[in-house]
Parts: sequence; structure tokens; C-alpha cells
Amino acid sequence: MNSGSTLRAMRPTFIFAAIGIVFMLFAPQVLALFTIINLTTAIALAILALSLALVWGYGGILCFGQVAFFGLGAYAYTIGAINFGGSTWAILLAVAVAAAFAAVVGYFMFYGRVSDVYLGVITLTVTLILYSLIRRTSGPEYKIGNALLGGFNGVGSPPLNLPWNARAFLFPEQVFYVAMAALILAYVFAGWLVTTHFGRVCVAIRENETRAELLGYDARAYKLGIFTISAGIAGLAGVFFCNGVGRVTPDVFGLYNAALTIIWVIVGGRGTLIGPIIATFGLFYLTASLGGQQTLNNNLVLGIILIVFVLLVPRGLAPTIADWFTQGRRGRVGAERAARRARRRAGAAEGGK
Amino acid sequence: MKKRAAETVVETRGLCMHFGGVRAVDQVDFALEDRELRCLIGPNGAGKSTFFKCLTGQLTPTAGEITIRGTPVAGAQSHEIASLGVGIKTQVPNVFDGLTAEENIWLSARRWHGGARARTLTAETIERLRLGEIRRSLVGRLAHGQRQWVELGMVVAAEPWLVLLDEPAAGMTHEETARTAELILEINRTAALIVVEHDMQFIRMISRRVTLFHEGRILMEDTMDAISSDRRAREVYLGHRA
Ligand SMILES: Nc1ncnc2c1ncn2[C@@H]1O[C@H](COP(=O)(O)OP(=O)(O)OP(=O)(O)O)[C@@H](O)[C@H]1O
Ligand SMILES: [Mg+2]
Repeated sequence: MNSGSTLRAMRPTFIFAAIGIVFMLFAPQVLALFTIINLTTAIALAILALSLALVWGYGGILCFGQVAFFGLGAYAYTIGAINFGGSTWAILLAVAVAAAFAAVVGYFMFYGRVSDVYLGVITLTVTLILYSLIRRTSGPEYKIGNALLGGFNGVGSPPLNLPWNARAFLFPEQVFYVAMAALILAYVFAGWLVTTHFGRVCVAIRENETRAELLGYDARAYKLGIFTISAGIAGLAGVFFCNGVGRVTPDVFGLYNAALTIIWVIVGGRGTLIGPIIATFGLFYLTASLGGQQTLNNNLVLGIILIVFVLLVPRGLAPTIADWFTQGRRGRVGAERAARRARRRAGAAEGGK
Repeated sequence: MKKRAAETVVETRGLCMHFGGVRAVDQVDFALEDRELRCLIGPNGAGKSTFFKCLTGQLTPTAGEITIRGTPVAGAQSHEIASLGVGIKTQVPNVFDGLTAEENIWLSARRWHGGARARTLTAETIERLRLGEIRRSLVGRLAHGQRQWVELGMVVAAEPWLVLLDEPAAGMTHEETARTAELILEINRTAALIVVEHDMQFIRMISRRVTLFHEGRILMEDTMDAISSDRRAREVYLGHRA
């Protein structure tokens, strides 16, 4: 695609990014600090949802263990920041560790031509292995540099600081700005990626791997590529998650989080990037508001939402709404055209009199 | 021996593809010359599609050799064989259902060309195959015949020098079939072709040399006229097809 059509294809992405920027600038003015800190965690989860939206919705790869890269990112950031005494390199380390781990796991899965079902099983198993491994690190001997891993208690995460100035820690409000900016950048990046030749080939492979191969595309390489990129984004999500929470524990690798990630993308809609992001914010606030009361069990509500969506809105929110929108517009245009035709005919009849 | 004027572009020797006890392709020695247009016929289950799948790397042969322009390709990956310049239309249309017809064809052109050239090539192919009306339609919503044309478009847009077509006229109207025959002759100006078809009229329209498959083996290889006057050929295939 040329730059003109790329821009056209990316117009919705830019509109949502602009809305995100407005939100980023105004939210701290109106919301309480407590809400802003909570929001940082929600933003981190939204970046995680974005990463799965990319690899599953566009790459067609159902990765049950996206939280493995998320958790690795969180741990790599925390351990890196403690050892480097600053966060700048730690962020890059988090992204690199998550992506490199995905590249290795992905290499064996894709080049081994593992089937889709086993791919889901393998990614989930890897996540659970990481969970139980990191839980067992609760002795003084489990130390990476200056960082004690702390077993199931986890490690306290140093907050972000200004680039290359380890003493200038960011306040929670400023971390919110950075997280929101990261979400917007990651969103625009992913939105651009899916319009590139690489991105279109990934979508083609999702649609029909045999045909893509018969056209001469090496499906394995493209799948590995999008898998690795999305893992890097998940690693970035981990950075902001442990910043929002203030520490990282083995629970980041937990089954609950793994399932939640899938639910966000199902509710938000596969094949879009904005849907899962919005679904994450929505469900985050739903569970937060349910957390305060006792009548309804949180997991029960999530389960019901999942079932409702799978049965009634199988394509998810964003694609369904987008359909209404285009159908509505097409209907309007059609009606206008019919009306114009009727008017013309009426005019001709009158002229003939 | 035949006169060896043209280069042999496809050659198989002792090619076998067995599924358990089923000998779908059995000891096939086959040769195709450059710019040749060959038809492959045979009853259902004769092994024609399986033979194609071996040539394009969708199946790894049980035994035997395949060379394409001198490169041994038995057991190679599909994308490697396609990258030699081989285009295939499969029997069950393999298209990108969730994408538009235009994008289907663009993905083929873009594999070999930069952005600008791929765009013109896409536009030319759409024009040439008269897909203008459906270029923005999702291929999954098209009729069977139209999906066949989109797939043909993908094959053409890659500008291959070797083209394999598995029942290209299936599900097409008379007029579409005639156009397909025209297109095949046009492709043949720059590429060698192997075409599998059941439609005898169609074969008479395009072919010079015909290979008759039966139970995984090559039974005969001759002109359509010679084959239709052969007793054995009539027994296994043509007899029940008029
Ligand atoms: N994957 C497979 N596993 C087992 N048997 C197979 C497989 N693929 C094909 N066969 C068998 O191999 C034989 C040849 O099948 P093939 O599809 O090549 O026939 P064909 O000549 O293309 O027939 P048609 O004219 O119906 O398309 C058939 O008996 C079929 O059942
Ligand atoms: Mg067949």
C-alpha cells in the first residue's frame, strides 16, 4: 500500500489515539489521585489486551499464555531497575526479555508446525511452569544481582524515573501520563503494523495458511514475527503493571490473568485493536465496583459476561458496532439516492406535462 | 525418442504417494516441456490432485524424485516451490475469505514486486479477469465460480512460468468456461501449464497432449483424439462420460 492509502486505512486509529490524548491530558485534572493510580494498572492491562488483540485477532494465533510475556516483562523490569539503579534500561530489558523468550518458544512451535490446539496448550503450560518456578524462589539464595526474588511475596518494583536520571522518580500522576502515552504509542504502532505488507500477510495467513504458502510466503517466519512483536508489547504492559501495583508477584503468571486476557479480547472483538482496549477498561471498572460488595461473586459475573458474549455477540463489541455503523450509513445513502431518483422522476413527469 | 528441442521443466521419477494401503500416486514418471500445455484426466480418485500436491509441496512423497527446472523439490516446503515461480489453483478454492478480491490479488503481486509495481499489476489483473465489479467484495461472500476467478487472478498476478490448475472450470457457466479456456491459452504464451479437468469439451478447446491417470498410474499419454479412440481408455474413463 502507498502512503496515501495507509493514512486512509489508519484514520480510525488516529481518531481513537486523539481521544486517548485528550483523556490523558484531562483525566488528572478531574480525577482523584487514587483513581489515577488505579487507572495506571488498567492501562497496563489494556496494553496487554492490545498485544493479544494483535497476535490473536490479526495473526490468528490463540496464545493462552500472553501473561507469560507480561509477567516476564514485569520481573525483568523490576530486577533490572533494582540492579541498574534506574528504570530507563530496565524498560528496554523488559521488552527485550519478553520478546526473546517468545522468539525461542515460538521458533520451536512454528518451525515444528505445531497445530493450533497444541499451540494453545503449550503457551498455557509454559505460563504455569513459570508460575510455579517463580513461586519457589523464596530463599535468600534466589537472588539476581541485588534483587531478591522473594517467592510468592514477590519483589517491590522501583518506580519509573526520568530518562537517564535515576534520582528523579516520577510521581504516580506522572507515571499515569507515561503509561497512557505508552498505550497510545503501542496502539498506533500496532495499527500501523497491520496496514503494512507484513501485517497484511499475517492476516492472509490467518485467513488461509495454505494459500499464503502457495503464494510463496513462509508462514512460519511471519507467525514468529508477529508472535515476538506482540510478546514485546506484553512485556511493556508488565512494566506499567508493576509500576501501578508497586510490586510484582508470581500471580502475574496466574491462570486468572491468563483467562482474563482472553475474555477482554473476546468481549472487545477479534480483528480490531480498539475493542479489546475498551473492553479491558470496562471490565476493570466493573470488577472494581463489584469488589466492594458481597452479594455477587466477581468470577461469576465475569463468567456470565463471557457466556453472553460467546453466545449472543460472538464477534465482540467493536466489530458488531462497526457493522451497525456502516450498515446505517449504507442504508442512509441508499435511501437518499432512492429519494433523489424519485424526485427526478417526478420532475421529469411534471416537465412532460 | 522425441526430439529434445525444449527444456524439460518438470520431471518426476518413480513418484509415489501412499496413504497407508491407498496408492494415490504410484510409480509416476512424468515430464513436461517448457511452454507446454498439458491436460491431466482420469476418473475420480485417480490421484490427479494428489500428484499436484506432491509437485507443490503440500504433500511429501513417499518415494521418488521431483525436479523443477533442475532443482530437486521432493519434500520441499510449499513456499519454497512457489518461490521458484510456480503458481497453483487448487481443486477446492484456496482464497482469503475475509479479505476483498482486490487484496487477495494484491497479496500475490506484492510477493514479487515493490509497492508501486504491485499496485499496477493488481489493477491490470483485475481488468484482465474482469473482476472490477467484485473487487471490493469479501471473497467469502462470492459465488463458487467467482471465487475460482479470484484464485486464477492470484495465480496470474504472480506472473509464474509454471502453472498448475486443478479443475479450473468447475462450477462455471458455459461463457465463463470459454473465457477460462481463453485465459489458459493466454497464460500459455509465457508459461508452461498442467490442467486437470473432467470437461472433455473444455480439454478439446485447449489441449495438445493429454495424460490419462488411472489408479495412481499413468495409463496413456497422447492427443485427445488418440485417447478417445483407445479401448482401454474408454473402459476406465471415457466410457461412462460419452
Ligand atoms: N490425505 C489423504 N489420506 C488418505 N487418502 C487420501 C488422501 N488424499 C487423497 N487420498 C486418496 O487418494 C486417492 C486419490 O485422490 P485424489 O484426490 O488425488 O484424486 P483425483 O484424481 O484428484 O480425484 P477427483 O477427480 O475426484 O478430484 C483417492 O482414493 C483418495 O481417497
Ligand atoms: Mg482432484
